[in-house]
Amino acid sequence: MLLAPTAAAAAESSDLWSQLFVFLLATFIGLGVIRRVSRLLHTPLMSLTNAISAIAVVGAILVAGPDYPPGIRLLGAIAVFASMTNIVSGFLITQRMLKMFKTETRAGEVTKP
Amino acid sequence: MIGHLVQLSYLVATALFVFALHWMNTPTTARRAVIAGVAGMALAVLATWIQPEVVHHLWIVIAVVLGFAVGVPLSRVPLTAVPQRTALSHAFGGLAAGLVGTAKFYLWHGEGSAHLTAFRTVAIIAEVLLGFLTFTGSLMAAGKLQEVKWIPQRPVTYPGQNITNIALLLLAVGLGIAIVTQPGAAWAPAAFAGIITLALLFGVLLIIPIGGADMPTVIAILNSYAGLAAVAMGFVLDNKLLITAGALDGSSGLILAIIMCKAMNRSFTNVLFGAFGQVQQAKGGGEDKVYKPETIEGGAQVLEQATNVVIIPGYGMAVAQAQHKVRELYDQLKKRGIAVKFAIHPVAGRMPGHMNVLLAEADIPYTDLVEMDEINPDMPQVDVALVVGANDVVNPAARSDKSSPIYGMPIIDADRARTVFAIKRSKNPGFAGIDNELYFSDRTWMLFGDAKNVIGELVKQLSGGSGMH
Repeated sequence: MLLAPTAAAAAESSDLWSQLFVFLLATFIGLGVIRRVSRLLHTPLMSLTNAISAIAVVGAILVAGPDYPPGIRLLGAIAVFASMTNIVSGFLITQRMLKMFKTETRAGEVTKP
Repeated sequence: MIGHLVQLSYLVATALFVFALHWMNTPTTARRAVIAGVAGMALAVLATWIQPEVVHHLWIVIAVVLGFAVGVPLSRVPLTAVPQRTALSHAFGGLAAGLVGTAKFYLWHGEGSAHLTAFRTVAIIAEVLLGFLTFTGSLMAAGKLQEVKWIPQRPVTYPGQNITNIALLLLAVGLGIAIVTQPGAAWAPAAFAGIITLALLFGVLLIIPIGGADMPTVIAILNSYAGLAAVAMGFVLDNKLLITAGALDGSSGLILAIIMCKAMNRSFTNVLFGAFGQVQQAKGGGEDKVYKPETIEGGAQVLEQATNVVIIPGYGMAVAQAQHKVRELYDQLKKRGIAVKFAIHPVAGRMPGHMNVLLAEADIPYTDLVEMDEINPDMPQVDVALVVGANDVVNPAARSDKSSPIYGMPIIDADRARTVFAIKRSKNPGFAGIDNELYFSDRTWMLFGDAKNVIGELVKQLSGGSGMH
């Protein structure tokens, strides 16, 4: 490790910086976009972002799938399960809630499908 | 080649996620948001799964199937249970991040510490800390919201609480620093396990002093943590999709938390470290204040003669599941040509936007749901303000009484309406344990009883009066 080539170290540190740039910019985009979300929709927004942040499933698959020791893969598989639960329930309940937001359709009268 | 394909898919998925959030702007475009989100997620999962390094599929398939088996029922909970469902999903998010971080650490430690560069190790420790504290913290929050028996509902406080919490956190950070300096050491796995334990414990201790009225803020903060845990995972795995999607989630939680804090005139630290609730025992003993009860018949008559009515819902409406009865009342009033609006306080209920969703479920047009700042200037012209299960958000003490713990919190000015009806289950004070002067005002009449029953009776009176029965 003492002999680690400086080129590799430089590559790693440039990765680090590009990752931090991505994080910073994505946060600003997030702040800009979320600020304009209608207050009516804050509950569905939360379930939608729940589903989106279950993107952790990507990392979980990359731990559960490769040829790693079974113990490691098991942790990954549990993480896949947890994220998948969020993806499925998050998108479905968001959809369900959004369907309820109507303008002047009065229930009690015949509602069109 | 496949590497480029994967990166391209990730890039498209990122764009789709940004669009999804953008389309949440208005209810009319919001349904597109779900489609974009699902498309982005499907693309990301497929692109990851087809990578050549993923060779074991059975467990992943089982996990996906189980995810569907649990996820589908979780999406069908009654809307009054949405706050606890949301908290539970933050717990799952935190768990996933924590487990991936743990797996990666032990894997890389086992392969010799060459992989554990300082940056990665810091990221792993951040991921595991955030992930596991979000996990237990959100489970506690979900338990409180669900009113699970063995989790105390009232805030639990003890002397030295904040010092204990901060000491635990510092201890975990100290262990982290030790691991970063010597990631290959034989004691590193044990120290890592120590961090996990401390994070799990910290999550519990962070939530026990928090009361129901602060839940909207806390849920938003946990949302943000779950997002940040995904960001940390992105740093660990060098995966920019995880970083962007996590950052979007993190910023969403942050904005919601800021909105909630502003709506309560409190700071983050105050919500997290200043348990609310057991103040003000002395007050209310001195003067003998009396409620003026009103009968259903009387209430219905006054409502009938109004030209405009504002309904102010609160958590009590959710508890009593009264939203459908409220719609019947809305229909009865509308039929008589009375203008009806709903005044929604940002922290009414137990999570951001809670009231809007419940009223939308009851088929009330969202165009009649009005925000606090919009309705307040009109309140003096309102004939009847009907308070359904709201308490602190209409307490005038927030404007006038400097000694009140809610002083400075923006409220809906129900007390400025010409007549106020307040539906209240019992004569006890609200969650924050504070007396509400609104109930003793000379313009206020109380309708005691369960919100659903009281409104049901009002509807009966009104429909009886129109000669239908």
